[in-house]
Amino acid sequence: MADVTLTIDGREVQAREGSTILDACRRMRIDTPTLCQLDTLTPVNVCRVCVVELEGARVLVPACSRKVEAGMKIRTDSERVRHSRRLVLELLASSVDMSLCSPQVRGWMDRYGAAPGRFGKQVATVAQPVKVDNDLYVRDYSRCILCYKCVEACGVDAQNTFAIGVAGRGFDAHISTEFDVGLPDSACVYCGNCIGVCPTGALMFKSEHDMRAAGTWDESKQTVTETVCPYCGVGCMLELHVQENSIVKVTSPLDHSVTSGHLCVKGRFGFEFVQRRGAKG
Amino acid sequence: MFGAGGGTSSYREAEETDLIVLWGSNARETHPIFFHHVLRGVRNGARLIAVDPRRTSSAEWADVWLGIDVGSDIALANAMARVIIYEGLADTNFIAHATTGYEDFARCVEAYTLERAEAETGVPASAIREVALAFGQAPKGMICWTLGITEHHNATDNVLALINLGLLTGKVGRYGCGLNPLRGQNNVQGGGDMGAIPTRLPGFQDLEIPQIHEKFSRAWGGADFPHQKGWHLSEMFEAMERGELRSLYIVGENPARSEADQGRAVRLLSGLDQLVVQDIFLTHTAELADVVLPAAAGWAESEGTVTNSERRVQRVRRALEPPAGARDDVDIICDLAARLGSDFGRPTAEQVWDECRSLSPMHAGMAYRRLEELAGIQWPCPDESHPGTQFLHARLWKDPVEGPLAPFHAVEHDPPVDRLTEEFPIRLTTGRRLDSFNTGVQTNEYTSPLRRGEALVISPEDGARLGIEDGECVRASSRRGSVDVHVRFDHSMRPGLAFMTLHFPDQVATNVLTIDATDPKSGTAEFKASAIRIDRIPASVPSI
Repeated sequence: MADVTLTIDGREVQAREGSTILDACRRMRIDTPTLCQLDTLTPVNVCRVCVVELEGARVLVPACSRKVEAGMKIRTDSERVRHSRRLVLELLASSVDMSLCSPQVRGWMDRYGAAPGRFGKQVATVAQPVKVDNDLYVRDYSRCILCYKCVEACGVDAQNTFAIGVAGRGFDAHISTEFDVGLPDSACVYCGNCIGVCPTGALMFKSEHDMRAAGTWDESKQTVTETVCPYCGVGCMLELHVQENSIVKVTSPLDHSVTSGHLCVKGRFGFEFVQRRGAKG
Repeated sequence: MFGAGGGTSSYREAEETDLIVLWGSNARETHPIFFHHVLRGVRNGARLIAVDPRRTSSAEWADVWLGIDVGSDIALANAMARVIIYEGLADTNFIAHATTGYEDFARCVEAYTLERAEAETGVPASAIREVALAFGQAPKGMICWTLGITEHHNATDNVLALINLGLLTGKVGRYGCGLNPLRGQNNVQGGGDMGAIPTRLPGFQDLEIPQIHEKFSRAWGGADFPHQKGWHLSEMFEAMERGELRSLYIVGENPARSEADQGRAVRLLSGLDQLVVQDIFLTHTAELADVVLPAAAGWAESEGTVTNSERRVQRVRRALEPPAGARDDVDIICDLAARLGSDFGRPTAEQVWDECRSLSPMHAGMAYRRLEELAGIQWPCPDESHPGTQFLHARLWKDPVEGPLAPFHAVEHDPPVDRLTEEFPIRLTTGRRLDSFNTGVQTNEYTSPLRRGEALVISPEDGARLGIEDGECVRASSRRGSVDVHVRFDHSMRPGLAFMTLHFPDQVATNVLTIDATDPKSGTAEFKASAIRIDRIPASVPSI
C-alpha cells in the first residue's frame, strides 16, 4: 500500500494508506488516550476519548478508527480536543469506579484536568454488587465503562461465542448475558478473553478478586513469567502472574502470533494442579 | 511428512486460505486457539469442511459436515481422489514435476466409486462429490487432522490417504496450502523433534544410518548406544507380554489410565521386575512403581523449550519454585546417569539445547537469544541468520525439485479391528472436551463450571430404541470389559454411535472398553473405534 502525507500538529507525516490517525499519532510519539481501542479488536468508536480535530470536519473524529487521507490537517491538542477528552473522562469517572484503571488512565485524567467530582455527590452511578457466580472469574459492573471490548473479544474478533452483549439504552445500557442469566446458565465457555481485554478491572480472576478483598493482592510482589501452556499442541504463550510462589492470574501477550492475547479455559484457568503442593495427586 | 514429521503450514495461513478441511479434529474444543485462526479464515471467506462421526462444535461452523462412519476415512479420501481425477481437477503438472507413484495410486482409487464410498462411509455420494469438487477447485486449501485420523489400527495409512489428496491437487508447499497434524500435547511435536521416536535421533535423523550414529557417538565422547531402532509404546507392552521387557522407566506418562485395554496395561505394568516413574504427581501408574522420582512441572517450574503444531519452538520458563523434593527432569536424568557410571555433568537447559543445536541441523539457528527476540522460531532454522520456515516443501515447486520427490501411497480401506456384531452393535469413539485434558491429572484440579463428569453420550434415537432414559445408569460392555456409566443424550450423535472421554478414570474407566489394536508403524491404539453393547442395569441405580 502507498503512503499518504498528512499534517498532525503542524508536522508533516507519512502514513500507510489504510492505517488510522491513531497509528500515525503513535508513530509520532503523540500520547493519545484510548479506552475502547485495542490493536487486536475492531474499533467500535464508543468511548470518544481519542478524538482529534480534523480541519474541515464539523465534529471531532475518533483517531482510533478514522483512516488517514492525503492532505488531512489534524490537531491533537487544541482546546476543543482537550475539552472533549476532559469531559469524556469526567463523565465516565463520575458514574463508574475507575480506581483499578491503569496508571496511564490516571495520567490522562491529570493531563486534561478531569474533575469528576464537579458534578456533585448526588450523581447517578452504575454502582452495584459484584456478580460472583462461578469459581473462575467475577464481574463487577460498577467498574464497567461500556467500552465493548469484552463483547468484541467474546464475539467476532476472537472467541465467537457471543455469550455477552450490550443490553438496554442510555444510562441503563449494560453488558449482559442472554436474558441476564448467570454465567453458568449462559453460553460462556470461560476462556476469559473478556478479562484479557477489560481496561477497568470490571472483569477479574476470582483469585484476584478474593485477594483484593482480603487485602493480600500486591502487584509489587508479583513477577510475570512467559511460558507455554501445558495442554494441547497449539503452543499458546502464557504470562504467569505469580505472587508468593502462587499463580494469581494468567494473561497472554497481545502481540503473540499464536494467541493475539487470547486463550482457552484450560490455558487461562487450568493451572491449579501446580499449586497443590504436598497434597496427594 | 515426506521425511521430517511436522505440520507443513503456519496458523496464519488458515486465515488466508480458501478452504479448510478439519478431518477427525474437533479443534473448536481440542485446539481452541488454533480454531480462532480458522474462524478468521472463515470470516475472510474460506469454506470450512468438517469430517467427523459426531456433529461437533467445530462441525457447527462448517459449510459442510461429513458425518462419516468411524474408521472409513480412507474410503472417503480415495473416493474424493477419484472424483478429482475424473473431473480433471488433479494438478497434473505438479504430479509430473514433484511426485512419484501416481499411477499406482490412481489405479487404487479407481475402485472407490461414490456408490462404494457411500456404503463404506455412511456419507451420501452427493456430499462426497460436493466436497471433492470444492477441494479440487479451491485455489488454496489445507487439511488439518487430529486423533480422529491417528487413533486407529491403520493410522499411518489414514495420514497417507490425506497426504495423497494434498499431492493430487498440488496443495502443499505453497502459502495457504498444507497438511497439518494438530498436536494433542504441548510438546508432542517437540518430543518427535528431539528423537523420542524409536528410529530417530534429534532432528528426525535416522539412528540406523551409520554416519548419523557416528556423528552423535563422537559428540557424546564415543558413547556406545544401540544401532537399531527401539520399541514404540505398543511394542513395549508386547515385549512385556513376551517377558522380554522387564524394567521400565516412565517419564511424565500415565499408561495405567491412558492405555487402551486398561486391564491388560495394569497387569503388564504390575508384572515388571522394576518400574520407575518420574512424574509431578503420584499417578495411578506411579502407585504401581518400585521407585517414584518426583519431578518439577515442565511448563512452570523449569526451563526449556517446546515445539507447537506449526513447528514453532518456544521457551518455557520457571515461574514457580517446585515443591520440596521435586526436581528438574534434566537434573534427575544427569544424576541417574552418574549412578549408572556416565558423567553428564550439570548442564543447564540452555546448554542441553545448544548441544542439540550442534547436532540437529534443523534447530541449529535457534539460540535462546533468538527464540526470545522472534517469539519462537519455526523449524527448519539452519543458521543464526535464518528467520525460520513459515511453510514446508516449497522445494517441491522448484525447478528442478530440491531433494526427494514426494511419493503417493496407494492405501486401501480397512475397517476397525473391533467389528460391530449383533452382540456388540454400537460404535464407541473417544475424545476430549473443551475444559479437560486426557486422564484429568491436571485438569481435574481446577473447578470448571463446564464440567459435567463422564457420560456415555448417545443419540436420543438409540436411547429410545434401547428403552433408556436420559441420565440413566447403564452398563456399557466391550469384548474386554464393562463399565457402569450414566447416559447423556446428545443430538450431535448419529444412531449407532457412542462417545466417551478419558477425563475421569476414577469415575468411569473408559479404557476398560477400548481396544489395543495398534498401528504397526506409529504404535497408536485404536481408541477411536471400539464395539460395545449397552444394557440396562436390572436393579436400576438412581439417575443423576
